[in-house]
Amino acid sequence: MTSNNKKELLLEMKNIHIDGFSDERWHKILKGVDLNLYRGEILGLIGESGAGKSTMGKAAMGYTQPGCKIIKGEIIFNGTDLAKLTEFEKRKIWGTKISYVAQSAAASFNPAHRLMDQTISAANRAKISPTDVLRRDAVQLYESLQLPDAENIGERYPHQVSGGQLQRIMTAMAMSPRPELIIFDEPTTALDVTTQVEVLSAMRSIVDKFNTAAIYITHDLAVVAQMADRIKVLRYGEEVEESETREMLSNPKEEYTKSLWSVRSLIKPEETNDDYMLSIKNIDAAYGSSKVLHDVSVNIPRGKTVAIVGESGSGKSTTARVITGLLPQTKGEIIFDGKKLSPKLEQRSKEELRRIQIIFQMPDTAMNPKQTVDEIIGRPIEFYHGVKGKERETKVIELLKMIELDETFLDRLPSELSGGQKQRICIARALAANPDLIICDEVTSALDQIVQEGILKLLQKLQKNLGVTYIFITHDIATVKAISDEIVVMYQGKVIEQGLKSKILNPPHPDYTELLLSSVPEMDPDWLTNLLNKRSN
Amino acid sequence: MQGDQGDRSRLVVELIIPRLKNTLFLTGVSALVAIPLALLLGISAALYRNSVYDRSATGFSLVTVSSPEFFTGYIFILLLATLFPVFPTIANVNEDTSLIDRFYLTALPVFTLTLVTMGHMMRMTRSAIINILSSEYIEMAKLSGATRYEVIVKHALPNAWAPIAQVITINLAYMLIGSVVVEFVFNYQGIGRLMVGSVYNRDIPVVQACALIFASTYVILNLLADLIGIISNPRLLYPK
Amino acid sequence: MSDNTQSYSAKSEVSNINKRRTRFERIKIAFSKAPLSAWFGMVVLSIYLIAAFFAPFIAPHGEAEVFPVAYAPWGGEHLLGTDQIGRDILSRLIFASRNTLGICFLACTIALIIGTIFGIIAAIDRSYIDQILSRSIDTLMAIPVMIFTFILLSVFGPSNLNLILILGVLESTRFFRISRSVAVGQVVLEYVEVAKLRGEKLSYIIFREILPNIASPLIVEFGVRFIFIIFTVSSLSFLGLGIQPPAADWAAMVRENAILIQYAQYDITAGLTPLIPAAIIALLALAINFVIDWYLYITSGLKDDIK
Repeated sequence: MTSNNKKELLLEMKNIHIDGFSDERWHKILKGVDLNLYRGEILGLIGESGAGKSTMGKAAMGYTQPGCKIIKGEIIFNGTDLAKLTEFEKRKIWGTKISYVAQSAAASFNPAHRLMDQTISAANRAKISPTDVLRRDAVQLYESLQLPDAENIGERYPHQVSGGQLQRIMTAMAMSPRPELIIFDEPTTALDVTTQVEVLSAMRSIVDKFNTAAIYITHDLAVVAQMADRIKVLRYGEEVEESETREMLSNPKEEYTKSLWSVRSLIKPEETNDDYMLSIKNIDAAYGSSKVLHDVSVNIPRGKTVAIVGESGSGKSTTARVITGLLPQTKGEIIFDGKKLSPKLEQRSKEELRRIQIIFQMPDTAMNPKQTVDEIIGRPIEFYHGVKGKERETKVIELLKMIELDETFLDRLPSELSGGQKQRICIARALAANPDLIICDEVTSALDQIVQEGILKLLQKLQKNLGVTYIFITHDIATVKAISDEIVVMYQGKVIEQGLKSKILNPPHPDYTELLLSSVPEMDPDWLTNLLNKRSN
Repeated sequence: MQGDQGDRSRLVVELIIPRLKNTLFLTGVSALVAIPLALLLGISAALYRNSVYDRSATGFSLVTVSSPEFFTGYIFILLLATLFPVFPTIANVNEDTSLIDRFYLTALPVFTLTLVTMGHMMRMTRSAIINILSSEYIEMAKLSGATRYEVIVKHALPNAWAPIAQVITINLAYMLIGSVVVEFVFNYQGIGRLMVGSVYNRDIPVVQACALIFASTYVILNLLADLIGIISNPRLLYPK
Repeated sequence: MSDNTQSYSAKSEVSNINKRRTRFERIKIAFSKAPLSAWFGMVVLSIYLIAAFFAPFIAPHGEAEVFPVAYAPWGGEHLLGTDQIGRDILSRLIFASRNTLGICFLACTIALIIGTIFGIIAAIDRSYIDQILSRSIDTLMAIPVMIFTFILLSVFGPSNLNLILILGVLESTRFFRISRSVAVGQVVLEYVEVAKLRGEKLSYIIFREILPNIASPLIVEFGVRFIFIIFTVSSLSFLGLGIQPPAADWAAMVRENAILIQYAQYDITAGLTPLIPAAIIALLALAINFVIDWYLYITSGLKDDIK
């Protein structure tokens, strides 16, 4: 970091302590974190949920969310300590000297105003230039962010443009007053991978162009590797380590940092067979009048894992709903273990229902918040197998052990469990039915990296011991590599291809598979640059 | 028979029209006082949330919404008509009463109706504004350096019209119902008083006619709220 | 918090989770933090309930017992005087708590049961049943409750049973609306889908899965509607159409003694006599409002006064 000393220091945060109030008590969110940022530099701030990275990012502006307070620390920006300024004084800096780009663009734009007015509002307020100059500048910003119809897109309302476009317009809004510092708070987390690539490259080029300093907050190491010059890792409100991006990627010092990579090293040897547990044949399905599945056919070999991959709107989750009977197909048939399944849930037998179980993406909403772990796992045991009382409890504890928890969890409510524990309880509930097929719908995407790995390992172990078949629905290629035998690629309600993992992941690819695979960020600082070069050729 | 029916309905109409005018006068004046006052109190309470002002305003409004119309009405009579006889106990107006006299005579009923609905309106406005102030785009506006005034006028208010319109119409409807009791307390010759009397006498056609008027006003008010909701919402005005 | 990141264990995994507490502990914490207004509300409510349950033992005289002196002044044998036909006012106030609370509670409970069950069914079904129910409820709600009650009472004749049934049915529309709109939010959640996929019966899904999760807003609505029903019944009684004599009722007592206000200049207690039953209604409504506000504060998790 010695090279940085020659540069001019823009922001210096010293010994930041922030407390937050929840569940009737004060918690320490940040416990004395330091941060230095030089002019024109991009600092990546990474960590898992609860690490305090977002709080740190907002603190860099001297702002805390309602319910949080700065206990101590200095935030020296351009020589003034933001922590000591009044709201009135800080407002003169916010929006003009420091801008903020939020994660959920859709919620962060005011629904009542046109995008152009919102884009230039901060610069207009500070009277940086006349309004018409600002408007022209905004159109240029839209252009350099590769927004379609840059001339007129500003005349639309927020609900009239897509999520990826909104995120780029918010970047234009942040850039409009030419700030010295931009805080990017998980700006691409809500986007699909193919959109993410576009937004990332647009943001990077514009920050480069104006030589703006930035703090880039994310939980995704591969993304931060593309953006940041330097990376700081946070955990539980404390700094784990900090170093130059290349140094960090090639030679992480702390065990924790190393563990952030580990899911990507988990790889399953592929196997397949022709004995199909489930076959979907020529399925069409629709929500109301909008058709979402077109002639979908997929085969699921017994005891194996088939990953269905695609972006939002690809129909992968709809396929799961059709299999379970929640959404009856309008055409085609489902063959389960040699027998035809009725399209409607109500017409399926209890035995058929028992043999197909599903695990959802959000464990928070997949469990009744008013039921204890014992009730959640015990109900299917009682319902399907008629086991009650002491015997039922023994069975529940047995299942808890299987998912690496124990009987101390019996009387807990979901709100008293961590994210990974919740997902494990959902797995146990599915197992309680003693199923032949489990549909895993994005089961790891709401979880932190290190927790994901644990869940994936558990699922593999269970398959080995119990011989269950998995349908694994995901948008995350790293997860696919880790767990699947076969892969199905879906796009806009159609199956692009199905085959063994090695076949799908290695060229030659159909166009869409190529686009999808190449858009997955890799742990290489040059990945985005190389990709853009390759694509422009 | 046909002629009888015609006469009867003409009689009903003749009976109702002057009463309806009286009721509209009472509720109209009350609304003109209550709405601006309630909005002002509600919005300012939301802006200075948890201040002493907010706490006393919400506390006072809780007391007024907890008081039935006849309680408020008789307190006014006790204080301002009996102990300190400033206003008359009975709001006795007829077609010849001049406008100034009308204001004077209906002062207590108007006070009562205003107080009773203001609390509701203020509380609903306050929570609607607080709801908007806690949305992400308001935080975003603050982080882009918007002043307090701008946050409220430019960012919160345009999104508040629909809920505020809702609040106003709900309370106008509420006021209409409240006027029945208030008219009874002050012996005011309005449509509510007429309706109650007709229920006593089992004069079903008059009851029906009055009910129809109440119901249709109620429906129109709700329609109006929806209309304002649509006009003030770009999502509905400018489709994708 | 575990600092040893190498030995990952699901059991010791931590993040922002609620501390583990039993139901009893939760209630204890809630009560220990209850504001003065909530305590006030609870104490007042208990007094009303005691008065309602033990009216015959507390009241000095009978509910319809007539004494020779009408409009007797305060003090002496009749602490709050007597009414226009010589009944003891204090005793009638106590008995009225039984009548008013009882009738309103029954009406509100009927409304809750009908409204909630149909509301949840509509939320789960979302097809023609929902359409039929929702549209007919819209129609019912287009007419203000008090006006509707007027018409129905003038058709069926005023009686306490009719009053309970009419208000129970009319008010169920509110419970239908709220339970449907809250339940719609719950029905789309995966835990309800899991129960459906398991093959659970409709009754299990309604009572075991959805109802516990929409209980809080329903309890709040029960309080709000209870006040509203008290107001409606009181207004009707005040107008002479509600609770039927000889049963004592607060609002009817206001009307019966209203004439005394004119004598306030000579005897302030006479002027206050008709206001006491009115104040009793207001106090009850205030107490319920205080408790609702507190309950809302605890259950919504809206901790808006920390800053």
